[in-house]
Amino acid sequence: MKITMYVNGSEHARDVEPRMLLIHFIRDELGLTGSHWGCDTSNCGACVMWLDEVPVKSCTVLAVMADGRRVTTVEGLARGTRLDPVQQGFTACHGLQCGFCTPGMMMTARWLLDHNPAPTETDVREAISGQVCRCTGYQNIVKSVLWAAAHEGDA
Amino acid sequence: MSEAYGPRPRKEDARLIRGQGKFIDDISLPGMLHAAILRSPLAHARIIDIDTTAALAHPKVTTVLTGEDLAARGLAWMPTLSGDVQAVLATDKARFQGQELAFVVAADKYAARDALELISVDAEPLTPVMDVSVATSGDAPLVRDEEGFAGSGNRIFDWSAGDEAATEAAFARADVVVTADMTYPRIHPAPLETCGAVADYDPVEGRLTMWVTTQAPHAHRTLYAMLTGLPEHKIRVISPDLGGGFGGKVPVYPGYLCAIVASMTTGRPVKWVEDRSENLMSTAFARDFHMHGEIAATSDGRITGLRARILADHGAFNAVAQPTKYPGGFFHIFTSSYDIPAAYCSITAVYTNKAPGGVAYSCSIRVAEAVYLVERLVDMLAGRLDMDPAELRSRNLIRPEQFPYTSATGWEYDSGDYPRALALALSLSDYEGLRREQAEKRARGEYMGIGISLFTEAVGAGPRKHMDIVGLGMADGADLRVHPTGTAVLGVSVQTQGQGHETTFAQLVAHELGLDPDDVEVVHGDTDRTPFGLGTYGSRSTPVSGAAAVVAARRVRERARIIAALMLEVAEADLEWLDGAWRVRGDYAAGAGIVEIARAAHSSLDLPDGVDGHLDASAVYNPPNLTFPFGAYVCVTDVDPATGSVVVRRFIAVDDCGVRINPMIVEGQIHRGLADGVGIALMQAITFDAAGNCLSGSFMDYLLPTALEVPSLELGATVTPSPHHPVGAKGIGESATVGSPAAVVNSVMDALAPFGVVHADMPLTPAVVWGAISRGLGPGRRLGRRDLRRRSGDALARDQGRGEDPALGVALAVADLSEQQVDGGGGDRVEVGADRGQWRDEVRGLGDVVEANHADVVGHSPAALVQGAQDAERQVVVGREDRGDLGHPGEDLAGAVARGGVPVRRHHRRDLRARLG
Ligand code: FES
Ligand code: FES
Repeated sequence: MKITMYVNGSEHARDVEPRMLLIHFIRDELGLTGSHWGCDTSNCGACVMWLDEVPVKSCTVLAVMADGRRVTTVEGLARGTRLDPVQQGFTACHGLQCGFCTPGMMMTARWLLDHNPAPTETDVREAISGQVCRCTGYQNIVKSVLWAAAHEGDA
Repeated sequence: MSEAYGPRPRKEDARLIRGQGKFIDDISLPGMLHAAILRSPLAHARIIDIDTTAALAHPKVTTVLTGEDLAARGLAWMPTLSGDVQAVLATDKARFQGQELAFVVAADKYAARDALELISVDAEPLTPVMDVSVATSGDAPLVRDEEGFAGSGNRIFDWSAGDEAATEAAFARADVVVTADMTYPRIHPAPLETCGAVADYDPVEGRLTMWVTTQAPHAHRTLYAMLTGLPEHKIRVISPDLGGGFGGKVPVYPGYLCAIVASMTTGRPVKWVEDRSENLMSTAFARDFHMHGEIAATSDGRITGLRARILADHGAFNAVAQPTKYPGGFFHIFTSSYDIPAAYCSITAVYTNKAPGGVAYSCSIRVAEAVYLVERLVDMLAGRLDMDPAELRSRNLIRPEQFPYTSATGWEYDSGDYPRALALALSLSDYEGLRREQAEKRARGEYMGIGISLFTEAVGAGPRKHMDIVGLGMADGADLRVHPTGTAVLGVSVQTQGQGHETTFAQLVAHELGLDPDDVEVVHGDTDRTPFGLGTYGSRSTPVSGAAAVVAARRVRERARIIAALMLEVAEADLEWLDGAWRVRGDYAAGAGIVEIARAAHSSLDLPDGVDGHLDASAVYNPPNLTFPFGAYVCVTDVDPATGSVVVRRFIAVDDCGVRINPMIVEGQIHRGLADGVGIALMQAITFDAAGNCLSGSFMDYLLPTALEVPSLELGATVTPSPHHPVGAKGIGESATVGSPAAVVNSVMDALAPFGVVHADMPLTPAVVWGAISRGLGPGRRLGRRDLRRRSGDALARDQGRGEDPALGVALAVADLSEQQVDGGGGDRVEVGADRGQWRDEVRGLGDVVEANHADVVGHSPAALVQGAQDAERQVVVGREDRGDLGHPGEDLAGAVARGGVPVRRHHRRDLRARLG
């Protein structure tokens, strides 16, 4: 099937098998390997990216379902060379270790802050509760997102 | 000089937060093919034929490998890391569900998967050996019936340590002996990234480049050379960014070898990356220790003896990835943090039809089991002696002045101050306050638990004379190059999986040389660019490789001294290293730092003997002993006896890993391990049914803690340097995984003490906790409403944010009960509730909870109750009897459930759900 997608602001047209998963399309067809794959059952959230303005588990979305829509991945998080406050927060607060869950966590965090600029610790924990991190015990991920919330306005 | 040690952001973050990390599945080479593995659906089966004709005919399939193809190359079997052999692709039998049968290589990964379905396997099912306790009975079928296994009867080894007679005598003299059976379940480290490889064989150069998810690239290179017959200098192993490892990425897995063979036969790069169910079902299990423990003490709480008998389930091949010369790994460190004069343990390891492996999962092989056993036993002893568990521990800790301390089983601990760590943990947690809170809550019918655990880890393998992997002694190299402009590159043999080596190791070198850590680049994970060494596991990076880096840096410094003397025109003896520079004694201002010295070293300066022209140095570090990090943990839980659910409310952890190079990273390592403790204690277990089916093959069944289960963690630190490590550091990567599960379990058991519960095995799922409560109550007691936390319907409604409507609250609460609990597989629950106990005895024999109202059991006769229990089919039946304990006259079921909070039968759930509208 022929599909067209707007990924991180650029248009991409491809002919794909109808069964191709969005995560495979993004990684294998477009070479954007920042989004990861970690499970077979939609449990881990390593694959979270935005479909239009909503975070989705892209292992559970067919590429053809994203036809004509906007997709935003971790590669689209920074504004040029300026890192998103969420990215800055993850570094400042040691919110990542192996970094495998990190892109998905950051995409969810960005969405959270867009909708709730002053989240509580519980808000953050709930927002990322559909995603797994095996390295950080979540402590510093939570801290990173709160840091980002506190530094949103910084130039 | 800037202080090199201390918290600082990590160098590796820059690429990882931009999505520019390079993990195994991110590697893509021109012409690359994709592979998938056909796995056995049966746990035990004789293979008659594997027919690949149809798969080979698939237009996108390049090749299919079977065990026969590998046998032709002598590669159907490979040696394990424990002296056994393991099938790469099965030729004779499938020995566990998920075992590798065939390897399909195709143009893309979807086609490779499609082709798996085109392979037909003819096999004769055999009875699997799933129960470790009967594996060696003689009647059990043989898992291994190849040549050379005759008479082994599924037994792999018997091993023991300690003084059996002295221990026996200690037990004979003891005032009190506590014994317990406990299982440390089979678990899986489940790094978020699964395992995989990209093999690229260049037939012209005869050279293999192997990208592979390995924590030990150099050991892998040697193993690939030994296995494939390729010369080792023609093999380059690259371990890219790893998405976690935790021990699971130490072994060589069949898929790696198949990828190599496939690349050699097709002449093209071949990528194989396993999916999650393959990861959970075929790689890297840990623990699976079935333990009988005994502890002996005087009546005033002095521990005098410790004994353990272990049955270890090693699965179908003995593939334990462990570096020690002891078959039982480090288990015999099981006296742990206590000064116990007599100890003895014995281990029997057996084959079963389960996945092979046996990795350390963030532990120095078997220390986690040892710590868990002793910490549970100490808690049970405290219960028996009616003594506070903190007090009992204090009385028996190894005292600071006893270090270096030699344990009853022969371990020499390097350093420690256990009382200080325990005291700090108790004060950070406000232990006294917690006990007061607990007493108040108990009076109100609320169940809060306080669990303590101490641990002593043994990390940083070697020394090489005691430790090796397939004959490779445990030592690690470091290469340090100092450029003319004074920046440096450090090559190390270990490989980060998230521990931040690129940062910590730069700090180590920078500290020694007075450089900025940003001016030190760390290279790792590429055998062509780094010196030989055994890799990252068992928390050995800082203790071994870190020490090698420091030794190399100090060699650079000594060489620099010669040049500095020349530059400053003084004798070497007149120089001292101070604040990051060689300075003339008595004249602080006159000195030279490494940057200037490096320039001079590369200049036309006429160099004296001892310096050839640059400052570069290398080192191999063979540790004189292990390092022994330790700590004291306090875990606070709240248990809802109505649902059996456990909430970990607080976790206080005091860790001592000697000198901390980057405390931020150290704390991150501890956070991870504490989350592991929550997961291992409460939810993670790889289980099987009797037919050999793995019941935990996905993240739907193998549950991992999320941000909602792990509380905000409270850390404290003490620093007791290692006396033999060059900078006094000890390993930290695994301490918390080792120490924390016992704290959680001790806490839950403490919460359940009023129910008479002494022990329940991990994972403490709601069903297990609920079953333990029921069992703990035992004959003569039952779960009455006085035992239960009172939560009225309106409170439940409030909890759920649904106003104050009691009926609605109850309905929501009941609808919320997990299926697991409602269908609860416990099998031995006691009667709850009503009937005034009249028919309890008849019913208890059935081992199910039975309580019935008239609607359930017409006539309410004993026979009818028995019938009701049988009808329940292992479900919990709860109802209300008029004037029974559970319900008040006229109260409806919802009210009874709300107050009694007991599980309900499915049709009640349905009814109640219906009322939600
Ligand atoms: S890959 Fe695990 S949720 Fe998508
Ligand atoms: S940082 Fe490794 S999984 Fe989250």
